[in-house]
Amino acid sequence: MTAVLVIVAVCTLAAAAVAFALRPLVHSALCLVLAWAGVAAFYLWAGAEFLAFAQVLVYVGAISMVVLFAVLLTRRQSGEGDSRVAGAARRVAAGLAVAALVAGVLGRAVLAVPPASAPVAPPTLGVRQLGGELADGHAAALLAAGALLTVALIGAVVLAAGDAGRHGEDPP
Amino acid sequence: MSALTLCLLFSSALFAVGLAGALCRGNAILVLLGIELMLNAANLNFIAFWRYGPPGAGATGPVFVLFAIAVAAAEAAVGLALVIAVYRHQRNIRLAEAVRLKG
Repeated sequence: MTAVLVIVAVCTLAAAAVAFALRPLVHSALCLVLAWAGVAAFYLWAGAEFLAFAQVLVYVGAISMVVLFAVLLTRRQSGEGDSRVAGAARRVAAGLAVAALVAGVLGRAVLAVPPASAPVAPPTLGVRQLGGELADGHAAALLAAGALLTVALIGAVVLAAGDAGRHGEDPP
Repeated sequence: MSALTLCLLFSSALFAVGLAGALCRGNAILVLLGIELMLNAANLNFIAFWRYGPPGAGATGPVFVLFAIAVAAAEAAVGLALVIAVYRHQRNIRLAEAVRLKG
């Protein structure tokens, strides 16, 4: 049981680390898709199957497609790295140092807490139960999330379309 | 080492990787993806505590993760649209060069 968790964790972390170390943007995006799939595998391992499917649908399916489109639409500079920008090495070193610091603090905090008592029976979560929770106690939040998604997608279309609509109105 | 500790260490490491990626890379898309990875790491904590926490909490953890995924999807859509808008203005998406708001 724990061995599966370790394998999933190592694969996910390796995919994420490789994604940020690689130079070509498309490779980075594909490696991150692997990392998101690893997170979905973790959800499956923990017994939250519906969340695993949601993760696969939203991240591995939708967001990865949007990311790949964005990478391909902004492709002109994808070949060249950001190493030519002055001070890039210093920024990378500072970023790694901050991340290591955060990881150290989090890891110490996790390890300092005494381990929990004997494991209880794993909770089960059926789709029916989750739907009941959503429609019963979180109906307002569900509607707000739907409205947020609608507004965000319309806003994204407006932002990405940019001047395309205005060109049509210009007099020839 | 208990499974809960392993889960929390996993999520901490994933958060650190996302933070390092967001801080080290100068590309707007990769910074956005690093932030997405950090959101995912936070979701892992919700599921870990739902799985190993005290019983009787219901499905609060998974419900919270579901809403977090919805918000992350909206954020990714708007963020990538902003990246495309920035690209249209300055013909690249290096954050170090995006220093003008208007003009």
